[in-house]
Amino acid sequence: MQNSRIMDKETIRRSLMRLAHEILEKNKGVQDLCLVGIRTGGAILADRLQKCIKEIEGFDVPMGVLDITLYRDDLTIANTQPVLRETLISFDITDKKVILVDDVLFTGRTIRAALDALTDFGRPANIQLAVLIDRGHRELPIRADYVGKNIPTAIDEDVRVVLQETEKKEDEVVIKKRGDK
Amino acid sequence: MIGWKHGDLLDLNDLTREDIETVIETAKAFKEVSTRDIKKVPALRGKTVVMLFAEPSTRTRISFELAAKRLSADTLNVTVSTSSTQKGETLLDMAKNIEAMNVDMIIVRHKSAGVPQVLARALKPGVINAGDGCRAHPTQALLDMFTIQEKLGRIEGLKVAIIGDILHSRVARSDIDGLVKMGAHVTLCGPSTLMPPGIERQGVGVTYKLDDVLPESDVLMFLRLQKERQEEKYLPSIREYVQHFGLTTERLKRAKKDVLVMHPGPVNRGVELSAEVADGINSVILEQVTNGVAVRMAILYLLFGKKEKVS
Repeated sequence: MQNSRIMDKETIRRSLMRLAHEILEKNKGVQDLCLVGIRTGGAILADRLQKCIKEIEGFDVPMGVLDITLYRDDLTIANTQPVLRETLISFDITDKKVILVDDVLFTGRTIRAALDALTDFGRPANIQLAVLIDRGHRELPIRADYVGKNIPTAIDEDVRVVLQETEKKEDEVVIKKRGDK
Repeated sequence: MIGWKHGDLLDLNDLTREDIETVIETAKAFKEVSTRDIKKVPALRGKTVVMLFAEPSTRTRISFELAAKRLSADTLNVTVSTSSTQKGETLLDMAKNIEAMNVDMIIVRHKSAGVPQVLARALKPGVINAGDGCRAHPTQALLDMFTIQEKLGRIEGLKVAIIGDILHSRVARSDIDGLVKMGAHVTLCGPSTLMPPGIERQGVGVTYKLDDVLPESDVLMFLRLQKERQEEKYLPSIREYVQHFGLTTERLKRAKKDVLVMHPGPVNRGVELSAEVADGINSVILEQVTNGVAVRMAILYLLFGKKEKVS
């Protein structure tokens, strides 16, 4: 099967701008709002959402980065450990409305881990989930509040979100058959 | 994914430079966990870590115990002198019994060199060496390197002096192994009676005068002087040792302004370091202690990730 590109730089940009509008609409502005991105993709998207919100409201909402590695449920099943990076949340999330940001929503296990991690940092007023892609195949009762694009996929396909900050090439989202390079 | 292959941590000789870099990088992330309100992550939930200490230790034991607990592992302390070895049971038998109770990791300290290796070969659980005789103390060296990297941004090319009783020091041995591997220039300094013969072959310099290494060193690592060494005739007197190898405020003036003063603890105040120096702005002794927990968390995390044992 060929790789198919389902989003490009412009569609990603517009999607994020729409997500920013939806977040602001639902939360009636920036009061008590903060963003927490899940490493690595979600952290970059949270950073971009922060800029979108600034563009709309002229206000920098607090932004943090979460590494969920230590909260995974498959930690010692994996043969080698994932690279662990720092969690950087420099503000108190207690009583805040936390927008959790990730690139792809799949089984929901990452989000489950992120929810556990967040509750170790405080007791937010609420936690909402924003993702760029929802590809289905949930294994836990988790859903996103804000979705950039819903993409029906087969279980043996991989959805890859390429972001220029890490990959040094233009933004895009591609679907590929597992095993293909 | 990272290429960590070790199920035991026995000696720094077993680690490659990349391994050491992985530990330092991982410890950086764990340092943050200890600054949280809730200082606990569930990574090792349901794992049992046994600490088998056949030699007195407060700091290292507390550090390992905190590290394991902050990763949600269950910990168990066995102080060997107060338990069954007095009834004539061998250490290996005792370890086998602990193994039979399905524990996952054994942290061992023993006065005889090589005990951790013997246990690692005989047992299924992973083994961490928390100090064996005069041989090795790998986690101390790793936390020293983490502290240097954190404070000075690099290890390669730095001039590091290790000062004191090199002969009896497992800390020195492990620090030499690690620092040389990481590309630091290491010079050993101490009385000739406490300098192991032929140590230059390890790629280090040797001097018998502290003033020789003071001006050029980026890091000064002092070793604890066991007061028994005088009775054992290694030293004429403690006072003479202090005159030659003790760091005072006056002497520190001859060192670089931002030199790091390190010590594995506990410090004999007025012997290796004067009280002012031990508490002074160049001293990173307490940060070494803080970093020890992060480094030991990193080690536990990495070792548990690798299930099959190599030895």
